[in-house]
Amino acid sequence: MSKRYSITELADVIRSKNAGPFELTFDIIFRDFKTYYEVKEKGVINKALIAKLYRITEDEVLTLATFDPAKAIKATIVRPLSSGGIGETDVYGSQQHAPLLSIEIEL
Amino acid sequence: MEDEIRVLAPQGLLGYGFPVKSFQEALRRNPHVIAVDGGSTDPGPYYLGAGVSFTDQLAVKRDLEFMLEAALDKGIPLIIGTAGGAGGKPHLDWNVDIVKEIAKERDYSFLMAVISAEINKDVIFKKLTDGKIRTFETRKELKAEDVSRSTRIVAQMGVEPFLKALDAGAQVIVAGRAYDPACQAAVPLKHGFDCGLVMHMCKILECGAIACVPGTASDCLLGTIRKDHFIVEPTNSDRRCTEVSVAAHTLYEKGNTDFLPGPGGAIDLRQVKFEQMGDRAVKVSGSRFIKDDVYAIKLEGAARVGFRTISIAGARCPKMISQIDSIITGVKERVQENFITVPTTDYQTIFHIYGKNGVMGDLEPEKTIRSHELGIVIEVVAKTQELANAICSVARSVMLHFGYPGRIATAGNLAFLYSPSDLKAGEVYEFSVYHLMEVTDSCEMFPMELIKVRGNLS
Repeated sequence: MSKRYSITELADVIRSKNAGPFELTFDIIFRDFKTYYEVKEKGVINKALIAKLYRITEDEVLTLATFDPAKAIKATIVRPLSSGGIGETDVYGSQQHAPLLSIEIEL
Repeated sequence: MEDEIRVLAPQGLLGYGFPVKSFQEALRRNPHVIAVDGGSTDPGPYYLGAGVSFTDQLAVKRDLEFMLEAALDKGIPLIIGTAGGAGGKPHLDWNVDIVKEIAKERDYSFLMAVISAEINKDVIFKKLTDGKIRTFETRKELKAEDVSRSTRIVAQMGVEPFLKALDAGAQVIVAGRAYDPACQAAVPLKHGFDCGLVMHMCKILECGAIACVPGTASDCLLGTIRKDHFIVEPTNSDRRCTEVSVAAHTLYEKGNTDFLPGPGGAIDLRQVKFEQMGDRAVKVSGSRFIKDDVYAIKLEGAARVGFRTISIAGARCPKMISQIDSIITGVKERVQENFITVPTTDYQTIFHIYGKNGVMGDLEPEKTIRSHELGIVIEVVAKTQELANAICSVARSVMLHFGYPGRIATAGNLAFLYSPSDLKAGEVYEFSVYHLMEVTDSCEMFPMELIKVRGNLS
């Protein structure tokens, strides 16, 4: 029987960080390999989902990649404003992950 | 050829500190080199533009005292990349002065190579005309105007200038802006180890013990490279490397998981294998290096875009909180009216509302304010400091007494955190250049100076 899980039940690490001053990268590192492979198989964490969560276009989601050795999914987006520019609000980009916490996955 | 080369990364960034015990344990393992990068673009464009370090002089001196003593004692090289945080000329001079100061105080003598990374604008204009500048992560072509308005432009050197300095016999190398792993990669590459393994190992080492559990940039990581693999291990017994912690670090701050591009080529991770070795070490194999056809270096430039004044306050009145957007619009209008003769292009008034979208701005999906209080930062960036001060003072006083429908607390809308309420934050910079520049020689942009440091005579 499948059950709906919050991403916070499935992942140990959900984080954001600058990947250079013009991009923001998100890492979701899963609790165990079994969960990771199940989520990867389902393909529900994809460019469309990231675009929807951040209300950006899919073109602005530059990367959506899986990395088996780290049981992790990575997404990289265009930074709305470059790090430290006028009006920018998170110089290191390390507090932009919260929308990811609302992801729910049926497993 | 040596069977293995051991590289000591005492920390993730020069000036971040490390426990003496870990450092001593690392020295017991007889490293062949001590190397650390001193910089990052993470702290933002200000430091590059203003020519100051984001690390502290005393903190950097403390770390360098340990490293210099150990390097001279063991007769091994000490290599510093991205001196002074941003790696421009003032940053490099600042770091070299610290090294000289220690040498003088402790009567140390050694041959030091100083490699600069600040790029003359004329060189970039020429490259631009010749079509040798490539668009990179800004997704915008570089314009001559971006180069002209930049206060300072540096380029990230690869490992070659470090190799040149080692060949010249330097025991201490202090370099300007460098690709973070380059300082650590030089010695193992000089000994002929595989470039893919070396660069991947150093990509992990450059962050110090961040790839450990628990992770930190303020502790030592030892990398041992052999013919067909490398091993990373923390020297603090309270930390350990696990397959997952090392693999996960490969993701950190990178946009991609298969290829990690740098000067002259990319690390190819598609065949990489991580294997646990005992409790605290991880063996890595399969990393390869794919050389670029044309060698390109990354340019980083910062331009001054104005001067900043801020005022920090809080709001607790629910009536105010529920109307915050219209109040901000009203305050902005009043400020503009007040300075009707000042072109609106000369200043920007920005209200950062913590408790609403202060952290995420336009990316914030949550539109409802649930907080019982708001943190407000009134920020003005203007052409001159005087104008920023003037606009901020008016924005602050208008907001303090702004009348809005249903106002019940008529004595003032804002709880100011400080007296003075307005803080001059000085120059504001932005990243103006972040592009790739093709070069024919990997060392040509990075001139080296050899200095004989002679103890207390220097």
